[in-house]
Amino acid sequence: MPILRLMLPVLLSVLIPAFFVQVIYAADAAPLQANAAVEAQVQRLALELRCLVCQNQTLADSHAGLAMDLKQEIRSMATQGMSDAAITDYLVVRYGDFIRYRPPLKLSTALLWFGPFALLVGSCIGLVHMLRRRERLAADIAVIPLSAAESRQVSELLGKES
Amino acid sequence: MIPEIGHFALILALLVALLLSSVPIIGAASGNTVWMGLAKPAARVQFMLIALAFICLAYAFAAKDYSVAYVAANSNSKLPLQFRLAAVWGGHEGSLLLWAMILSVWTLAVSVFSKHLPDDMRARILGVMGLISVGFLLFMLLASNPFERLIPAANDGRDLNPLLQDWGMIFHPPMLYMGYVGFSVAFAFAISALLGGQLDAAWARWSRPWTLLAWIFLTLGIMAGSNWAYYELGWGGWWFWDAVENASFMPWLVGTALIHSLAVTEKRGSFKAWTVLLAICAFSLSLLGTFLVRSGVLTSVHAFATDPKRGLFILVFLVVVIGGSLALFAWRAPSVGRGGKFALISRESFLLANNVLLAVAAISVLFGTLYPLFLDALGLGKISVGPPYFDTVFVPLMTPALFLMGVGPVARWKQASLPELAIRMRWAFAVSVSTALLLPLLLGHWTPMIGLGLFLALWIFASSAQQVYQRLRPQPQTSQPLSARMLATTRSWWGMVLAHAGIAVFTLGITIVKGFESEIAVRMLPGDVAHLAGYDFRFDGVEQYQGSNYSASRGLLHVSKNGIERAVLAPEKRNYSVQNMPMTEAGISPHIIHELYASLGEPLSAGAWSVRIYYKPMVEWIWAGAIMMALGGLLALSDRRYRMKRRDQKPALQQETAA
Amino acid sequence: MKRFLLPLLLFMLVVGFLFAGLNLDPRAVPSPLVGKPAPAFNLPQLAAAEQTFAPAQLLGQVWLLNVWASWCVACREEHAVLLDLAQTAVVPIYGLNYKDQRPAAQQWLAQRGNPYVATAVDADGRTGIDYGVYGVPETYVIDKAGIIAYKHIGPITPAVLQDKILPLVKQLQSR
Repeated sequence: MPILRLMLPVLLSVLIPAFFVQVIYAADAAPLQANAAVEAQVQRLALELRCLVCQNQTLADSHAGLAMDLKQEIRSMATQGMSDAAITDYLVVRYGDFIRYRPPLKLSTALLWFGPFALLVGSCIGLVHMLRRRERLAADIAVIPLSAAESRQVSELLGKES
Repeated sequence: MIPEIGHFALILALLVALLLSSVPIIGAASGNTVWMGLAKPAARVQFMLIALAFICLAYAFAAKDYSVAYVAANSNSKLPLQFRLAAVWGGHEGSLLLWAMILSVWTLAVSVFSKHLPDDMRARILGVMGLISVGFLLFMLLASNPFERLIPAANDGRDLNPLLQDWGMIFHPPMLYMGYVGFSVAFAFAISALLGGQLDAAWARWSRPWTLLAWIFLTLGIMAGSNWAYYELGWGGWWFWDAVENASFMPWLVGTALIHSLAVTEKRGSFKAWTVLLAICAFSLSLLGTFLVRSGVLTSVHAFATDPKRGLFILVFLVVVIGGSLALFAWRAPSVGRGGKFALISRESFLLANNVLLAVAAISVLFGTLYPLFLDALGLGKISVGPPYFDTVFVPLMTPALFLMGVGPVARWKQASLPELAIRMRWAFAVSVSTALLLPLLLGHWTPMIGLGLFLALWIFASSAQQVYQRLRPQPQTSQPLSARMLATTRSWWGMVLAHAGIAVFTLGITIVKGFESEIAVRMLPGDVAHLAGYDFRFDGVEQYQGSNYSASRGLLHVSKNGIERAVLAPEKRNYSVQNMPMTEAGISPHIIHELYASLGEPLSAGAWSVRIYYKPMVEWIWAGAIMMALGGLLALSDRRYRMKRRDQKPALQQETAA
Repeated sequence: MKRFLLPLLLFMLVVGFLFAGLNLDPRAVPSPLVGKPAPAFNLPQLAAAEQTFAPAQLLGQVWLLNVWASWCVACREEHAVLLDLAQTAVVPIYGLNYKDQRPAAQQWLAQRGNPYVATAVDADGRTGIDYGVYGVPETYVIDKAGIIAYKHIGPITPAVLQDKILPLVKQLQSR
């Protein structure tokens, strides 16, 4: 019909560009994992746990099979709503404290956690004590006057030098 | 043939080193000038022999000689020449040869640039360095021969680890070793001074430039390693508190304390015994690092193939060198005089506090690194001590040191007053506190750590600016033009300001990056757009290409902001054919402030790829700060007095010895 | 003057630990499950998928659980030792096939011999995680009460068998 023959080019000139415009608005990249909050928790934990296979990487950075499995395990626990501490405990029961990059606070690690600060405080106190003692010693020496014989010795020596 | 020449050269070098380590020292004790004079030519011959051995090994790599076991283990015919040469120090045996060669270079340098030293001192210094050389040469010849033959010869090598096939490998280890080994000079000076009983200010003045040069190299070496890890490992990290990283950081901390302590000992004659101890400790930590990397006692990504027998040899060597020097210290140090007196509040005491803080920091790092070993040896279980621990402990330890950096240079020698200092620094304090509180709020994110880091960095900047202003402002009494006032300020002082500013830049970089970085992990089809930190990343698919010894998939990410294209990131995933090892190359758009980093993950279904994109603001400031520190050191090193005083002293010494 | 001796004394202390460290393996991760009950599982068997295997079935016996896989190179090293041990019938060996493919695993046993009374299939590795498996092969000695008495990491060598496992097994069996 004549109206269609008129409309067709108009329709095409509208529809075709519309089709292309839609392609240009390409899809936003989907995040690798659906739940962002859970993923944040997984990442937080994975950064503090050691990969037992490579042993020099965190779980987060490791691509080893066990690391991927453990991350998946952490993900499912996080999805169930378990807390950081609960998930960490779950892993420590199975793999020991070795898997934690942040050493737990126990009797055997008390020295590790408190030692540096104790050393800092102790050495600062020691430093101030030593400096005060030096000041006192220097002051004491300055106060003692020379005896007559010592004065003569001093002037003799000074005379020699010049 | 060539490997045998190299091997023979090492044996001869050992004989020369044995000579160098014994005769001049005995000569110095007995006053025998001929024996003392043997040191200089011995140092020269030792250098030539070890350099020859090094050239032979390098030639074996360049010529692809797979009849040498070490070459077969670390090289490959498809490996490009520059990496074949870098592979010389890619394994345990070759890196020992590099150690020995760099030690012979430093020994030679000391023998050449020591005309102003008394003969007995020079003889002892070169002798001590010769003793260390004996240890390394003996170790190589007995337990780690780089020239061992492989019979029958391999058809091709097992290739250098793909992670090491990078420019970083060419630069980082030699720089680092120049630093480690360079502290042996300060060590030798200290031992020589203890042996001869000459612990006066002159000793400090002579050893200062050597120590500073070693410190500069170590700073650059550590910086290079950190930067290399950042762009190589694909996850945007730049420091991991790995055992071997710590092994390089501890000598740096003690070395920094040492260069400050030497300044005081030279100027004021104080801290003599403490400076000697620091010099011994700096080099001892270098040697300890050597032990930790090669003995298998700790796991580390840097560890060489480990062998407890080799570990035992190095441990014995450590006991002899470090134990011997600490025993000598315990014996001789009490007789060292006290030196100039100073008040409880003075520049000296601030510098001493800085030393103590740096030493405590170094001990804490050592403690954390060795603690798993302590517990394991005592049967108390196995733990890991990693970045969460070190980050928690190190920051509070360094905070007072960074704060003091703004106060110390402003305080007077001998006697300063706290109220006066507080008044002088009041506006610097006010500016740094207020900016540290307000700026992050303006940027939309404030945490105590950001506030603290910003405050410390700005505090040091403000204090440095104030110091420069004080120095250069017009004096009422004299009317010198600015140029004259600038010339009157020594390079040594400018070097200090630049180095301290470098630390501020470094601190600022770390604070901003850790406080404001962000990342996303997305699944991208060609055409997909990801969004991070206000930037849009359009994925344009992956192209395959072939490198010299690897095949690669290179992804393209077009970055735009508000529709304007800003950068193109090209992250790669490579497979190195010989070891069949996959590797990532990050795609980085470096920027002073807004650095972007992308890393290609795995191919997923339907042509999609997993991609990780990071926003790393001001991360380059970390390495820029380190470079500034090194430049500051170089500037201080070029100070006039190191060039002038030698000329003045030579005739004076000649007169004395003639009399 | 005694304080000048302090650095030397501290150094010798550190050296003592470093020396002890030369004989230790920093990579070995001891299991916290030793002395605790063996984690329960109920997995299909390799030979017949419809039948399951659970540690509870073996209460009252001392037995070995050997974690293995057809893709594991080190497992081949210890296989001869396990076959010999199975022949002596001193202690039954059960296998845990870890993250493997059924056909590949069955073929592996067919080619090299089967020392296992039965093998449980842990396809996704979740049971391995429960047992703290981080590297294959690993072997557990489980006593009559179902408690893990010992864990060996890595291939079993004749020396380990003679010095550690067999004496322990004898001791546990006599209780």
